[in-house]
Amino acid sequence: MPYTITDKIWQSHEIAREDEFSLLYIDRHLTHEVTSPVAFSDMRQRGYRVRRPDLSLAVMDHNVPTDSKENPTMDDLSKKQMDALWDNSKTFNVPLLDFYSPYQGIIHVIGPELGFSLPGLTIAAGDSHTSTHGALGSVAFGIGTSEVEHVFVTQTLWIKKPKQFRIKINGKTRKGVSAKDLALYIIGKIGTGGGIGHIIEYSGETVSDMEVEGRMTLCNMSIEAGARSAIIEPDEKVFSYVKDAPLAPKGQEWEEAVDYWKSLKSDPNARYDKELEVDASSIKPMVTWGTNPSMVARVDGNVPDPSEIKDQTLKDEYERALKYMGLKPGQKITDINVDYVFIGSCTNARLSDLIEAAKVLKGKKVSKNVKALAVPGSEWVKRKAERMGLHRIYIDAGFEWRHSGCSMCIAMNSDRLPPGKRSASTSNRNFENRQGPGGRTHLVSPAMAAAAAVYGHFVDLADVDIAEVL
Amino acid sequence: MPEKIEGRAIPLPLDNVDTDQIIPAQFLRLLEKKGLGKYLFYRWRYDERERPKSDFVLNDPRFKDGSVLVAKKNFGIGSSRENAVWALTDYGIRAVIAESFGDIFYGNSIKNGLACIKLDEKTVNEIIEKAKDGNLSVTVDLLNKKVIFDGKQVSFEIEEYARRRLMSGQSEIDYTLSHYLDKIEEHEKNMKAFMKTNLSETLKKLIEG
Repeated sequence: MPYTITDKIWQSHEIAREDEFSLLYIDRHLTHEVTSPVAFSDMRQRGYRVRRPDLSLAVMDHNVPTDSKENPTMDDLSKKQMDALWDNSKTFNVPLLDFYSPYQGIIHVIGPELGFSLPGLTIAAGDSHTSTHGALGSVAFGIGTSEVEHVFVTQTLWIKKPKQFRIKINGKTRKGVSAKDLALYIIGKIGTGGGIGHIIEYSGETVSDMEVEGRMTLCNMSIEAGARSAIIEPDEKVFSYVKDAPLAPKGQEWEEAVDYWKSLKSDPNARYDKELEVDASSIKPMVTWGTNPSMVARVDGNVPDPSEIKDQTLKDEYERALKYMGLKPGQKITDINVDYVFIGSCTNARLSDLIEAAKVLKGKKVSKNVKALAVPGSEWVKRKAERMGLHRIYIDAGFEWRHSGCSMCIAMNSDRLPPGKRSASTSNRNFENRQGPGGRTHLVSPAMAAAAAVYGHFVDLADVDIAEVL
Repeated sequence: MPEKIEGRAIPLPLDNVDTDQIIPAQFLRLLEKKGLGKYLFYRWRYDERERPKSDFVLNDPRFKDGSVLVAKKNFGIGSSRENAVWALTDYGIRAVIAESFGDIFYGNSIKNGLACIKLDEKTVNEIIEKAKDGNLSVTVDLLNKKVIFDGKQVSFEIEEYARRRLMSGQSEIDYTLSHYLDKIEEHEKNMKAFMKTNLSETLKKLIEG
């Protein structure tokens, strides 16, 4: 019987089954300060211990300040939550990358970067964007706090095996079109619920040609289409991405691992519950105009006009979204002015993202009406970027060059979009109030965000000079 | 968790109610799950000066003691925050009826005894319509897999595992440990070398700089 990569990884990790649910062994468990405290306090009360601290890794990311390490802006609640993770990691012997660690960063950036996440593994984290790690060829799930506790104590998870949805992407992308645009295009097509109950397997030549960090963006955004997770077959690009990572296997173990990873291909006749084919060559840079990521348009397109929509629920939803966003029906996307630009988040803050935006920024200045923030995905990414001199390009253009953290994606620290202000953001959610109460978010790629910073409104990258920065 | 849940229906006729709306991120910094009900739908429920907005259903006195929330498609999409479920249960919601649910939210609801019941669009719309004046009582019968309202009975489908967990209320961790510990140990003995690589030493070096 032909199997998909998901089937193969599932079979080698399923310990038991009860009706539709599998008891799945979890090889790697990542945790952060926001979704873990209730799990740890329950464990204390009930006398549980962490079964495999050696397969666990904690990091502070969600509410860490990004302005300074010496003199950070931090409120009491955030500090309490970070202190709690520090105490818990000591009590339960879980390795922690704290606020001051040179390897601190966003959970979904540091996992692959350190080689903690690898192909062929099952990975879980108390964070919805854990699907990111599927880009390495692993089965990765975002979980809730009760499940975080279950994984800590048992190293397993009760989970229904998702149905499988293959999205084949073929064709060469146009100038300025990135993985983020493909992701937004797909979400626009299948909707916020299009992936519910499914793991999306991306394949096709566009995906094979794509670098590993772009694949992470694609897998990361799959949760915004409602998908339970996402996965891509591992290949040579993935092997070289993880090869020199500190926690990757070495020597004989590495050779054995690669041999095994090469077997993780979906068999030619494997069956999928759902399929979609996408022609990448037809896609333009994308900009969201509404209050969920499926409300998206091409940069050369327009905001929709609700009066042209027949379905009453959809019409109401669009009207509500336009009202919140302060946009006019039919308005041109390129006529939308922005006040803030945020380049960051687990979606788009890896080195290649920072490079793509820098290519647009080099030798240009941020528009005088725009406040712009660059927040590298990890402290290591930040150092790598600085070694290339990228920080100079950002700072010279008028960006603030920050320390790593989730920052203005979730606005749990002091990086917030003020009420009524409009952002071009490389993050993943344009929900109401997401970047700050009353804030208006437009999701875009890093290069699109950089261009919006320079021009003060959205522009088609086809019309923008893109410099070499290397 | 009882086999039957009965309560006043609260209509929330919206698609895509995400967990950021159910409970905004600023309240995720609290270290406990108790007491989150007052932050449920915070930005829809209160204005900037924290006064109740009269046009939001939870502020309508007719629905004050409601315990069965009825929404449309994709309820609970977005963030994995279990706080969304805790806010609903702490407020007094015991069941949510919708056309579909976000996967992580749905998983979280099972662990907390919040019954999430999927019904077709037509039935959901009918319940929402009938619930509008605040006088509709809805019963979710988990034992017989039926939703009962206005003299009607509608069957629903639910995973057996989820139904058992909702009705038993037993700790899932204790259950796993008492039934499957030997299998977990056996699996750990057979893991491939790269899967169980002792990470601790390298990590320790990284952490210590």
